[in-house]
Amino acid sequence: MIAELGLAMLWMAAALAVLQLVAGALALRPATAQLAGIVRPVAMLQGVLVAAAFACLITLFLTTDLSVKLVASNSHSAKPFIFKLAGTWGNHEGSMLMWVTIMSMAGGFVALVEKRLKEETLIATLAGQAFVSIGFYAFLLLASNPFERLPEPAPEGLGLNPLLQDVGLAFHPPTLYVGYVGLSIAFSFAVGALITRDVGPAFARAMRPWVLGAWIFLTLGITAGSYWAYYTLGWGGWWFWDPVENASLMPWLAATALLHSCSVLASRNALRTWTVMLGVIAFSMSMVGTFLVRSGILTSVHAFAVDPTRGSFILGLLAIYIGGALVLFGLRASTVTEGARFAVFSRESSLVFNNVMLCGILGIVLIGTLYPLLTEAMGVKVSVGPPYFNPVSSVFAIPMFLVMAVGPLLRWRDDKAARITWPVAIPALVSAASLLLVEVLFAPINLLPALGLAIAPGLAVASFMPLRSRNLRRTPLATYGMVLGHCGIAVALFGMASEGAFSLEKLAAMNPGDSQQVGPLKVTLSAIDPVAGQNWTALEATVAVSYAGGAPVILHPQARTFSNPPGNRTESALLTRWNGQLYAVLGEEGDDGRWQMRFWWKPFVPMIWYGGMLIALGGLLALLGRVASDLKRLVATDKIAFRRMRQGR
Amino acid sequence: MSGAADSKPTGSSAARWLPLGLFGAFLALVMVGLYWPADREVVSAFIGKPLPAFDLPPASDDRPGLATAQFKQGKPRLLNVFASWCVPCAVEAPQLAALVQQGVEIDGVALRDRKDDLARFLVQNGNPFTRIGKDDLSQVQLSIGSSGVPETFVIDGKGIIRYQHIGDIRAEDVPMILRKLAEAESGAGL
Repeated sequence: MIAELGLAMLWMAAALAVLQLVAGALALRPATAQLAGIVRPVAMLQGVLVAAAFACLITLFLTTDLSVKLVASNSHSAKPFIFKLAGTWGNHEGSMLMWVTIMSMAGGFVALVEKRLKEETLIATLAGQAFVSIGFYAFLLLASNPFERLPEPAPEGLGLNPLLQDVGLAFHPPTLYVGYVGLSIAFSFAVGALITRDVGPAFARAMRPWVLGAWIFLTLGITAGSYWAYYTLGWGGWWFWDPVENASLMPWLAATALLHSCSVLASRNALRTWTVMLGVIAFSMSMVGTFLVRSGILTSVHAFAVDPTRGSFILGLLAIYIGGALVLFGLRASTVTEGARFAVFSRESSLVFNNVMLCGILGIVLIGTLYPLLTEAMGVKVSVGPPYFNPVSSVFAIPMFLVMAVGPLLRWRDDKAARITWPVAIPALVSAASLLLVEVLFAPINLLPALGLAIAPGLAVASFMPLRSRNLRRTPLATYGMVLGHCGIAVALFGMASEGAFSLEKLAAMNPGDSQQVGPLKVTLSAIDPVAGQNWTALEATVAVSYAGGAPVILHPQARTFSNPPGNRTESALLTRWNGQLYAVLGEEGDDGRWQMRFWWKPFVPMIWYGGMLIALGGLLALLGRVASDLKRLVATDKIAFRRMRQGR
Repeated sequence: MSGAADSKPTGSSAARWLPLGLFGAFLALVMVGLYWPADREVVSAFIGKPLPAFDLPPASDDRPGLATAQFKQGKPRLLNVFASWCVPCAVEAPQLAALVQQGVEIDGVALRDRKDDLARFLVQNGNPFTRIGKDDLSQVQLSIGSSGVPETFVIDGKGIIRYQHIGDIRAEDVPMILRKLAEAESGAGL
């Protein structure tokens, strides 16, 4: 019953999306303008219906209804609650329903709260959002129905891939999805503004909170995903330039650029075309990423939901939406005027420069991700990895970090270098001193980690410079957000560089009682014991770790064996200290009864993820600041309107 | 915002259509990839290239070390990257033994291994190797484009890499390896 109800609500929501598109499009003609009135309520109702359909699917998973095909093939009655829940989106159909749910709820939310934009542009935006949703509804209902019943209920479910049975999974995909799909709002805003030829500061101000919100979720999602891969896959790396990872990085890079150009358009009415273009690109990157991952067109180390036949469908959607938006852009870009001018030495220029650098990195990542496809079409097979991505993206990243340190200090429109000599000189000195220190104390170090270790401290200092000689209590929240976000970049950069420069690896065959020295740590294998969890059994090592002769800390790395479906997974154990992390993995038992142990000592590596969280926190502060000031403005305009009304009487 | 700047349209008409053009190229590329997929077997970029120069010390007491020069003696050989701590390496041991019986000469590169571990491994699984080089830093492994253990390379009589087999050699792979060796021999004769 619940499955049928869910399916019915999904069909109704799809019908409402069609209505929203048709009514929205007709409302733009003077003859049928009165249709505009129904667009907002329809958008909200559509959001509610699809959310209810998603709730139905969650219910089916939580109750393990094995007559539903999706549940039977992805869940198991013996799974812990949290993984039954996560199982809802740990598969293709469920994750596409989640995608549509977020998309329609976001559209409904825009319809509910957005009051600043010209009504005509908003209606065009909602029509655009409906247009995009329709494609994904069609994909769900025609090619990947999550509510399909089995002719006979299955006796037991097949279970969830053991790699995915991790708390990280419960939160990582939904977080990323909110980010990916949140960008669809920016896309629709861009399309709406192009249709009504209304690209200006009001458009940027309306779009900015949505971009910020999506960007915060993307940042969190990427950070969590990186940490999840780091500790579950047992490879000890934090970023592999894998197509799936690149698919999440590309929308983030585009959204970061969009965020900054939005703020130029909102405050200075410049970069109009550029902002619209980025609005289209950001969501396009979400769709391209999803396509690349889901179609199985690229071989990825963590492809969990691959099906080539679905590739054609998503490819068709890509062609319609991205192609359509770009045609609209081509037709209308000439009507978007240039906007305000600015001098070479100004905050606008620094933002333009960094936008170009971000797009450069985006291009590098896109080309690197697609390159194996390109050469394959020519009959040569290659795989592209860190030796390409790291140095080539650094060519863009390093100048970007340098300008990032200076840009926020500059004034809008025009500025003089002499005004900011000291705030620039101090971080520069910090960086130079760090470089000297690194080269003297730790040489030889590879060029990129050394540069990272030098730039990061300077950038951290520079990120606080915009607060100098300001009244800290009257500084807007958005400024604090920027400071934190930039500081987070510096922190993450330091973690990455330190990991690259100082990581130590130790492979050892050990008997219980044996000890090994790993950098400053002494690790002793005390025992290996069998343990059991709810749906797994494991061999668990007890490892005593002492740092520089201090009191030992006990770690328990495991090699887990899952029963439903059968599979193995290493469960690494981590010892996190303020100055680094010990990563311990239990391997196989050798023929001689000794155990293969693998240890890494990674100085300052957690800073990568602390940095990511700081960046997201910065985004959150900025978002709160923007929303608060928008509310204040709204209240003020309401008061004025009220006063006028009374005076009119 | 000045009035003069406002009335000026941005960009040339070609620039406006550039994004669409790039997207068209992307579509064409992925359509080729989606509808005419090449087989996904990963082939090393090092195929057809000469072995890089290396000179590894012996890894065990009863076999000499391994240097590039030994691969240039006119007869194709197998180069097997392995380690005593690698389980698939033990699994493929019977296949290596079978190849040796067919008259194939195999040289080993022992990856990040210890002498006593290695000795025990060779006693338990047999020792098919003519020479075993000790590669504690994965230098040779990485320089020939190998990313894991075990991997087996066919090297022709001039020291050129002809084939890379990733993963353990299964019983059904043995004829194919022999064929690759024969191809390398005839290719070297040309």
